[in-house]
Amino acid sequence: METTTDRHDVAIELRSISFTYPGHEHPVFDNLNFSFHGGHMGLIGDNGSGKTTLFHIMVGLLRPDSGQVLFNGKVMETEEDFTLLRRHVGMLFQNADDQLFSPSVVEDIAFGPLNLGHSPEEAREIAMTTLERVGLQGYEDRITHHLSGGEKRLVALATVLAMEPEILLLDEPTNDLDNAARGRLLEILGSLDQSLILISHDWDFLSRLTSTFYALEDGQLVRSNQVSIHQHQHVHPLGDRRHIHPPC
Amino acid sequence: MIEERFALGSSLLHRTDPSVKIIGATVLAIIIAISQSMAAILIGLGMGIALALLARLSPRALWPRFAAVNLFCLFLWVTLPLTGGGEAMGHIWSMAISRKGVMLALYVTIKTNAILLVLTALLATSPVHHIGRGMQRLGISTKLTLLLLTSYRYLNLIHQEFKRLQRAAELRCFDPRTNIHTYRTYSYLVGMTFVRSWERSRRVHNAMLMRGFNGTFPVLDTTTFRRRDLYFLLLFTASALVLAAVSLTW
Ligand SMILES: Nc1ncnc2c1ncn2[C@@H]1O[C@H](COP(=O)(O)OP(=O)(O)OP(=O)(O)O)[C@@H](O)[C@H]1O
Ligand SMILES: [Mg+2]
Repeated sequence: METTTDRHDVAIELRSISFTYPGHEHPVFDNLNFSFHGGHMGLIGDNGSGKTTLFHIMVGLLRPDSGQVLFNGKVMETEEDFTLLRRHVGMLFQNADDQLFSPSVVEDIAFGPLNLGHSPEEAREIAMTTLERVGLQGYEDRITHHLSGGEKRLVALATVLAMEPEILLLDEPTNDLDNAARGRLLEILGSLDQSLILISHDWDFLSRLTSTFYALEDGQLVRSNQVSIHQHQHVHPLGDRRHIHPPC
Repeated sequence: MIEERFALGSSLLHRTDPSVKIIGATVLAIIIAISQSMAAILIGLGMGIALALLARLSPRALWPRFAAVNLFCLFLWVTLPLTGGGEAMGHIWSMAISRKGVMLALYVTIKTNAILLVLTALLATSPVHHIGRGMQRLGISTKLTLLLLTSYRYLNLIHQEFKRLQRAAELRCFDPRTNIHTYRTYSYLVGMTFVRSWERSRRVHNAMLMRGFNGTFPVLDTTTFRRRDLYFLLLFTASALVLAAVSLTW
């Protein structure tokens, strides 16, 4: 398969990372090691176990107290290193409200491509096609802070996709989404040839996108095969009638 | 909370390049503010009215703004004539009415209304982010521009944050009274609003960094300077010169 080979060359590596939030006693990570060589990966863990913090360390928004972050084999040290890394690694934040800051949807999506050096015309074009990809055509002139929670999340995804990162870090992307939007998200993510790391508490969603799972437990990442023992429980309109589930 | 009441419209002024309008508004407002000549500030008021008509500002939307600034002027009318000193124009209940004080109040009132009209007609007829863009294009420091754009955007968010907290308190049967419990609750609300807004601003900054933010807002808008903008620039320059000349001669 020639199409995907270059995508899978990218790698993020964490070497003996220790991190404690200032003013806290307990470290979030103590000597954590991890490497990611492309593909799809699920990241699970209890609330407060440090999943979001791990993402932020990977892209240099938080700096570890000790340890190194490597991107494609190169140690990331300065802010410039991370600025460069962020051109290749995109992140969907846990809270979509924080991710949108321009007045209109099209301006928000075009912000990344413009920073990457595209001309305004190209950036607008990219923004429009990306909007269409996430199924929000016609939303370009909407005001970002008047969107619904689910719409905000899809627009936030579009802002990340518009930069065409090689690695996508997704922090609980199914939050606030209804079934239709969740299905659309599944479809979009399934069709991407980018590598991705996915944080989610939504087992069903996770298991449809990936079969590799890591769990954060006590500040360490452990490979997990919990997919076989997960519990199935949900609410839907046919709950009291007999119904068939699509195979996972 | 902050509505851009006048930003949408199709008048000539709405379609003028924001940077031209920024120049015009700044120059006219400064000259009117420092001018000592009654003739000049009356002409300034006339220009303000003309611009407001040109921008087709709705009087009904303008009214609250006039009410606000003239309330302030009213306060001057109450105090200045009594405290202005100098020659007396007459007496009310044996209190001397100072001619200087009356004139001063009159000047301030005319100037205030003229400047209000000029600024509303020129600056309020563009959405704030276009004004920011105009400032950027004029080479005004990017820090100032960013400050304007982000504070505008986030005043709304801070207000929402406060309302959210206030609602949470009300849902738990908080009933404001004049007592310590009320004061303490309000101080918590205000404190939490600041903390949360600060944290939020950090998260937004992070999101911007993730998308390659390097200190300036890139501009998506591709409109260029047109001939009409040049005419307006000339018009503003001419008006400013007339005002300055009148101030200096009369
Ligand atoms: N800005 C912060 N300042 C101080 N402590 C923080 C901060 N953000 C997170 N923490 C703490 O660090 C720990 C890890 O938080 P993190 O947000 O990474 O967890 P998470 O695994 O993403 O949880 P969730 O599933 O709830 O999103 C938690 O105990 C949290 O209380
Ligand atoms: Mg999290």
